[in-house]
Amino acid sequence: MDKVTFIERNDTEHIAQFRTGMALMQTAVEYRVPAIDADCGGSCACGTCHVIVSEERFGEAGKNERQMLEMKPERGETSRLARQVETTEAMDDLVVRLPEYQM
Amino acid sequence: MSTQSEVISGFQTRAANVAANLVPMHWQIRALRLLLKGKKLTLGARSVPDVVEAPVPDVNTLALDEIDLSNPFLYRQDKWRSYYKRLRDEAPVHYQQNSLFGPFWSVTRFDDIIYVDKNHELFSSEPVIILGDTPEGLPMEMFIAMDPPKHDEQRRAVQSVVSPQNLKEMEDLIRSRTEEVLDDLPLNEPFNWVPRVSIELTGRMLATLLDFPYENRHKLVYWSDRITGTAESTGGEYNNPDELFEAVADMARDFTQLWRDKQARHAAGEPRSFDVISLLQGSEDTQDMIRRPMEFLGNLTLLIVGGNDTTRNSMSGGVLALNEFPDEFAKLKANPELIPNMVSEIIRWQTPLAHMRRVATQDVEMRGKTIRKGDRVVMWYASGNRDERKIDRPDEFIIDRKGARNHLSFGFGIHRCMGNRLAEMQLRILWEELLKRFENIEVVGEPERVQSNFVRGYSELMVKLTPKQD
Repeated sequence: MDKVTFIERNDTEHIAQFRTGMALMQTAVEYRVPAIDADCGGSCACGTCHVIVSEERFGEAGKNERQMLEMKPERGETSRLARQVETTEAMDDLVVRLPEYQM
Repeated sequence: MSTQSEVISGFQTRAANVAANLVPMHWQIRALRLLLKGKKLTLGARSVPDVVEAPVPDVNTLALDEIDLSNPFLYRQDKWRSYYKRLRDEAPVHYQQNSLFGPFWSVTRFDDIIYVDKNHELFSSEPVIILGDTPEGLPMEMFIAMDPPKHDEQRRAVQSVVSPQNLKEMEDLIRSRTEEVLDDLPLNEPFNWVPRVSIELTGRMLATLLDFPYENRHKLVYWSDRITGTAESTGGEYNNPDELFEAVADMARDFTQLWRDKQARHAAGEPRSFDVISLLQGSEDTQDMIRRPMEFLGNLTLLIVGGNDTTRNSMSGGVLALNEFPDEFAKLKANPELIPNMVSEIIRWQTPLAHMRRVATQDVEMRGKTIRKGDRVVMWYASGNRDERKIDRPDEFIIDRKGARNHLSFGFGIHRCMGNRLAEMQLRILWEELLKRFENIEVVGEPERVQSNFVRGYSELMVKLTPKQD
C-alpha cells in the first residue's frame, strides 16, 4: 500500500511509504533517501531533487520545472523534480530512479 | 529602443567578429580603446562614477529614499547589516533614484529574491548582471547575462567541466594541491591568510579547469580582480580604463594562444582533454566561438570570475566566522563530520557576491510598488541570507544549522551557480585538511575588507596557526 521504491545509481533500493497528497520529495527526505539535495527547500528553483520516474503516470512537468530540468546532465524522458510530484493513490508500487549526482 | 552607447557597442561587437578573421584579438582590444578615446573626443564620454571613500552614516539618520545599497563602502566599513535590515523591515522593494550608478530597485527579502530569480521572463539578465555598467567599449557577452535560448546553449556547452562526474575525477588532485599549500604555511607566527591560502588555492583551481599554463596562474587572478574591481561596474578600486583594456588584451592574447594550441593538438590526433576550452571546442554551438571575440572573452571571463572571488572569500570567511563564534570551532573539532553542513553555512554567512541585477521586461507589481519596464532590479542575496523571516538567528554562524543548504548565495532559477558543487568540494577539502593539521587557527587583528558593492571579500586576514601536537 502506498509503496514507493527509490533506486540509487548503484542499485541500492530504498522502500518508503508515502501519505497521499505529499510531495515525492518530502517522502524521500522523511526516509532519508540519499541523493536528494533539495537546495531550494521546494521552490522549484534549483533542480536538486531530480528523479527519473519509471512511467509517465505522474503527468507532465510544469513550465518552471521543465526549465530547471533542461540543464541536468542525467536528464531522461521521464525526469521530474520530486517536489513537484504530488503522490496519489494510483501511484502505489512506484519505482523512482535517482540520478548519480544532483547539481 | 537603444541608447547611442548600445548602438555603438553592437557595432563594435559586429566589427570585432568580422575582424576576428584578420587581426589578432589582442590588437582588436587595443584598437577598441583607441576608438573609444576618439569617440569621447567627438561625442563626449559617458560619465564614470567618482568613487571616494567617506564614513558611511548610521542608517537610522537617513530618510528611506536616501538609503543607497550601491555604496561600495557599506561592506568595507562593516555597516551593511543595519542597512539591509532597515530596508527588509520598512521598504522591502525600494527605489533609489540617485545612486552613482543610476536609479535601481532593491529587493531584500528572501522570498522576494526567489520570486525575481525564478521569473526570468519578467526579469531579464541582459545586458549585465551587476549593478553598474560594464566599462564602455568592452561589451563582453557571457551566458550569465543572456536569456534563453542562447543562455541554455552556451551554459550546456561548458557546464560539464564542473559536473559532479568530473569533480570526482578531480578530487584527489584538489586535495594534493591543498595539502601542498597547507604544509608550506608558517606556524606560530602571524601571516596574511588571503594570498597564502585563499588566493593561492583558487588560482590553482582555475589553472586546472582551464588547463592554463600553471606557472602563469597568477594572471588569471589578476584579470579577474581587475575586471570585477572596476569602479564603474562595482565601485571597486580600479578607475583607470587603460589598465583594464591592457589586462583584457593580455587575456585575449593568452586565451587565443591556448585555443589555437588545443585546436592544433586535436587536429594532430590528440584526444580532447576535459578542460573548459576543449569542451567549448567539442560542442557544436560553441566550437567557433573564437570567431566571436566578445563572446569568447566574455565566457572565459565569466568562468574565471565565477571561480575566483567567490571561493576565495568563502575560504577566508570561514576562518573569520569560526573565530567570531568560538563555540562553533569547538563543536567542529569534536564533530568533523559536520564539515559538509558547515560549508553551506559558510557560504550563506559570507555570501561572497552581494547581488545580481535584472531588468524588468514589463511593468511588475511587487509589495505595492510598480517596477516599470526597463527598470533595474537588484536582488541583494547578502540581505536575503540574513532575513529573519526565513532564517532563524540569521546573523549567527551555526555549523549544524538545519536546512543550511537552503541559502541564496548560489542564486536560484536558470542562472543558479554552475560551479556550486565544485565550490562546496574545494571548501570541504580545505577544512578536512585544516583540521588534520592545526589545533587552532586564530585571527589576529581586524580583517581588511574589499571596496565593492558586488564582491564581499577580504584583502587581509592576519592569522596565527597552532599545529596539532601528536
